[in-house]
Amino acid sequence: MNIKILGTGCVKCNHLEAATRAAVQELGLDVEIEKVTDPSEIVSWGVMSTPALVIDDEVVMSGKVPSSDDVKRLLAARP
Amino acid sequence: MSAPTLTPVEPAPRTTLRRWSPVAVGVLVWWSLYHLNLPFWNWVMFDTVGLTAGSRLGDSIHFFFYDITKIALLLTGVIYLVTILRSFMSVERTRALLGGRRQGLGNVAAAGLGVVTPFCSCSAVPVFIGFVAAGVPLGVTLSFLIASPMINEVAIVLLFGLFGWKITALYIGFGLLIATVAGIVLGKLNLERWVEPFVFETKLRGKVVDPSLGLSWDDRLQMAREEVVAILRKVWPYLLVGIGIGAAIHGWAPQDWFARHATGWWGVPLAVVIGVPLYSNAAGVLPLVEALHDKGLPMGTVLAFMMSVVALSMPEMVLLRRVLKPKLIATYVGVVASGILLTGFLFNAVL
Repeated sequence: MNIKILGTGCVKCNHLEAATRAAVQELGLDVEIEKVTDPSEIVSWGVMSTPALVIDDEVVMSGKVPSSDDVKRLLAARP
Repeated sequence: MSAPTLTPVEPAPRTTLRRWSPVAVGVLVWWSLYHLNLPFWNWVMFDTVGLTAGSRLGDSIHFFFYDITKIALLLTGVIYLVTILRSFMSVERTRALLGGRRQGLGNVAAAGLGVVTPFCSCSAVPVFIGFVAAGVPLGVTLSFLIASPMINEVAIVLLFGLFGWKITALYIGFGLLIATVAGIVLGKLNLERWVEPFVFETKLRGKVVDPSLGLSWDDRLQMAREEVVAILRKVWPYLLVGIGIGAAIHGWAPQDWFARHATGWWGVPLAVVIGVPLYSNAAGVLPLVEALHDKGLPMGTVLAFMMSVVALSMPEMVLLRRVLKPKLIATYVGVVASGILLTGFLFNAVL
C-alpha cells in the first residue's frame, strides 16, 4: 500500500499528515507515506482543493482535513 | 500476532429529528442572544457595575463588550450558514462552469463565482494551475482570484456589523466590479509570457475529484461547525485588540479629529499603502477603522482601506510567485490597487 499526501505545505496539509500517520499506526499497517508538494503534480492528480489524500494511486479525499478515524475508514475500505 | 483487522466503522446516519433539532435550538439561542446583547450589557455595566452612561470610561467599556459579543455572534451565524451553502460548490465545479468562457462575460462569471466558491488562499497555486491548464483564460482566472478573498464572509460580517448593510452592499458591488474589470484589463494585456511556462505544460491526467459531491447533510453541518471554530480561533486575538483600541478611540479621541485632519486627497492612497501588508489582521483592523470613521475619517478612505487589507495580501503574492513572474505580480497588484484607489476617490467625492 502506498499513501500520498498532496498539499502545498499549508497548516491543513500537516494536519492531514498527522491524522494519516496516526491512523496507519493504530491499524498497524506497513505503508509508505509520501508527501507531494509540487503544485503542478498535485494538479495533475485532478486535485485543486488541497490537502488531498491518495491511496494506491487513487484520490480518496480532497479539500478537507479528516479525523484519524475518517482516515481509518478510508484505509479499511481498500481491498 | 494476528494480522490487523480492517473493520469499517461507519457512524450510523442520524435521524432527521436528531440532525435538525440541535440546529433549531442553535438558531433560537443565537437569535435570543443577538437581541439580548444590548439590554444585557446596559444592565451589567450601567445598572450592576455602576458605570455612568455617557461618561468616557463607561461608554468605552460598554462599547467593548457589546461590540465583541455582536461581532462574535454575527461571525458564528454567518460562517455557519455560508459554509453550508458553499458546501454545494467547489473550485472543481467552478472550473467546469468557466471552461471555454471568453473574456468579458467570463470575467463577470468568474468574479461572481469567486464569492460563492469555497476557497482557501493556501490553495491559490493549485487552483491557478488547474484553471489555466484546463483552458480557462488568464484574465478570467485572475478575476476569480481577486474576487474570492476580497468578498469573503469575515469581511462582509465585519462591514455589516460595524457599518450597516448599505456600506456592505457598496463594498460587494464595487468588489465585483474591480475583480471583473481588473481581470479584463489583465487579460487584454496578453501577459501569458509572464506566467511560469510549466503551468501551460501541466497535463491533467487524473480523474477530477469534486469534494462537493457525495456529502451528506451530517457532513455539511459538521463542516460548518468546524469552520466556525477554526475562524473564531484564528481571529479572536485580533478582534479583542482591534475592538479594544476602537473602544478607547470612541471614548477619548476628540470628535471630528479626522474630519479636520484627514480629508485630503492623500487619505485614500495612504489607506491602500497601509492596508496591503495587513492581511490577517482584517478582523482587528476594521473595528479600529470604524472608530476612526466615527471621528470623521471619510467613507471612501475606509472602503479603500478595507479592500486593500483583504484583496491584496503579501502571503498570497509570495505563494503566487511560484506560478507568476514578478512582472505579472507587480502588474496584478498595480491594476487591483488602481481599482481600489478609484473606488476610494469616487466614494469620498460622492458620499
